[in-house]
Amino acid sequence: MSIYQIELGEEILRVEGLKVWFPVRKGLLDTILGKPKLYVRAVDGVSFNMREREIFCLVGESGCGKTTTGKSLLRLVPVTSGKALFKPRKETMEKLERLGVTPSDGGWVDIFNLPEKKFKPVRRDIQMIYQDPYGSLNPRFKIKDILEEPLLVHGIGGSKEERMELIMKTLERVKLTPASDFVDRYPHQLSGGQRQRVAIARAIISNPRLVVADEPVSMLDVSIRAEILEVLLNLRKELGMSYLFITHDLAIARYICDRIAVMYLGRIVELGDAREIIAEPLHPYTKALIAAIPDPDPKNRIGYRYLPIKGEVPNAINIPPGCRFHPRCVAYEEAVKKGTALKDLCPRKEPPLADVGNGRKVACWLHEAVRKAAGLE
Amino acid sequence: MSYVLEINNLRTYFFTLRGVVRAVDGVSLKLRKGETLGIVGESGCGKSTLAWSMMKLVPPPGRIVSGSIKIDGIDITRMSESEVRRKIRWRKISMIFQGAMNALNPVYKVGDQIIEPLIVHGKMEKEKALSVAANLVKAVGLPEEILERYPHELSGGQKQRIVIAMAMAMEPDIIIADEPTTALDVVVQAQILNLMKKLHRERGISFILITHDLGVVTELSERIAVMYAGKIVEYASADEIFEKPLHPYTQALIRAVPRLKGDIHRLEYIPGTPPDLRRPPPGCRFYPRCPRRFEPCDKEEPPLQEVEKDHWVACWLHVRR
Repeated sequence: MSIYQIELGEEILRVEGLKVWFPVRKGLLDTILGKPKLYVRAVDGVSFNMREREIFCLVGESGCGKTTTGKSLLRLVPVTSGKALFKPRKETMEKLERLGVTPSDGGWVDIFNLPEKKFKPVRRDIQMIYQDPYGSLNPRFKIKDILEEPLLVHGIGGSKEERMELIMKTLERVKLTPASDFVDRYPHQLSGGQRQRVAIARAIISNPRLVVADEPVSMLDVSIRAEILEVLLNLRKELGMSYLFITHDLAIARYICDRIAVMYLGRIVELGDAREIIAEPLHPYTKALIAAIPDPDPKNRIGYRYLPIKGEVPNAINIPPGCRFHPRCVAYEEAVKKGTALKDLCPRKEPPLADVGNGRKVACWLHEAVRKAAGLE
Repeated sequence: MSYVLEINNLRTYFFTLRGVVRAVDGVSLKLRKGETLGIVGESGCGKSTLAWSMMKLVPPPGRIVSGSIKIDGIDITRMSESEVRRKIRWRKISMIFQGAMNALNPVYKVGDQIIEPLIVHGKMEKEKALSVAANLVKAVGLPEEILERYPHELSGGQKQRIVIAMAMAMEPDIIIADEPTTALDVVVQAQILNLMKKLHRERGISFILITHDLGVVTELSERIAVMYAGKIVEYASADEIFEKPLHPYTQALIRAVPRLKGDIHRLEYIPGTPPDLRRPPPGCRFYPRCPRRFEPCDKEEPPLQEVEKDHWVACWLHVRR
């Protein structure tokens, strides 16, 4: 539940078993020796769903696959396998039907299964906000040109006047007021926070259903982060879009998101209500992540921070067998010491992400529900 | 009480073609031996320039214009470069530069990079330098074998430990750490902060931690200086800064950060942007964005005054004229 409670609508996205593997280029010698092809398994079997107006958060450390997951929904990375069923807006659906796409029952289309030409109308419905407001805006375009481009691409607004009106309205929506002061400026004339609001305006001007927001405030100063988060929350209230919010900052996730999914090495290890997960994490990795975050409280200075985690993140080419977290897991270490059944289970079998009640899911053999879901008990 | 560091009315300006940028504009600061200090502020507030000034390494077109920086009672602003190099830099005060872990030379082994200053500055024989380097890497929690590795074989956390070991090489009293954990993931960040705590406790190193992250700063700093637009606006113990902040900027900054525990409050933000340091506003530099501004604020600049014991603030709400 995010800071502002809001009623969520129907389901609009179902990601099932998403895998994005990037091939590693082999050297000539490796080819001659017939070494097997290697892959960076950036996303390695991710499933989740999202509802209308929901802010769903992917959190995790760098390299856990959260950004790749977000990008795959806009088909910006080649997907290895899996499905992403999306329910477009009505107008988009009509356009798709004209192009000969037949939606499945309930109006779903599989994002990864559409040919590029037929995917274009869907792009209007799924937009992205990037992390770096200094790199994501074309420095040679005026603000009005930056915002007009998506309108031209998607054929929104019949005349120049109509488009300008929409541009002004959108700038006001993101609190760049008076809008007339901004339309003729170039990005370099704006501050970081203002640029990020232009990037948000560009994403929402086509009235998307889903916005992938990749670390939208992490490059901004703390004093203006809150303002950008507020703009995002207000836009959701006014326009009813959903956000796939990608961040490494659990405190921000707790503030803005309804639900969060914690990722580790390409998989979701825990999923559920944002505040519940942070108040009471179930997966040993989530526990370690939360223990590591420095909360602004001078009392933290007194002791050393206890970190219930061992070693470092392995690379995504050689993912450990069984539960991919087990080599770093303190619970597994204890199981080995005590000689419990987990000592054999964790390094052999990958735990499924199973429901443990109250919409909470976790992928760890410590939980009975997970063992039951795998048919082990 | 003796101070290891005493900065008095320091001004460091950058003389650019487009005007004079007053990056550090009248900063005064005192640090007792063995104390840790955090300097907090947003990008462009002058915190890194302040750090470079303390090392006397301000890059051109910047230079220290006036004021003094006394390290162990000696004013380094009056020293020649060769004297600073011989007596002060790396020996009395050293620095972990922002992004230094990515500036390790990729074609040299880690060990060779650590012993170079020991041989050049410390006039050590190679054998001696290698044994010192071995002790240094052990002190930062790395195995001795790492000296034989190249930087690309190391993780981010390991590289940052190497950079800390290098800063410790000449056994300085003060180590400035400029955003030492910004590029690291939270788990690694916590490990590095634990290490810095340990070095402070066991070796008495005074860390000066420069960061924009209020969470990070509280992990290590006994005292905190809050900077805004080239000036220190508040300077007090970490407990006071968080429990009883006096300056409206400090108050706003604390309320702008989401917390991991407790109730969720609506975050506050500071409207507007920091001033252009080429043309700072007259009076208090924060007044255009300040929710509590009143009559004197846009006319006269408030001095940094000790309003309670060891609690300094530069705001007309508290400062007596």
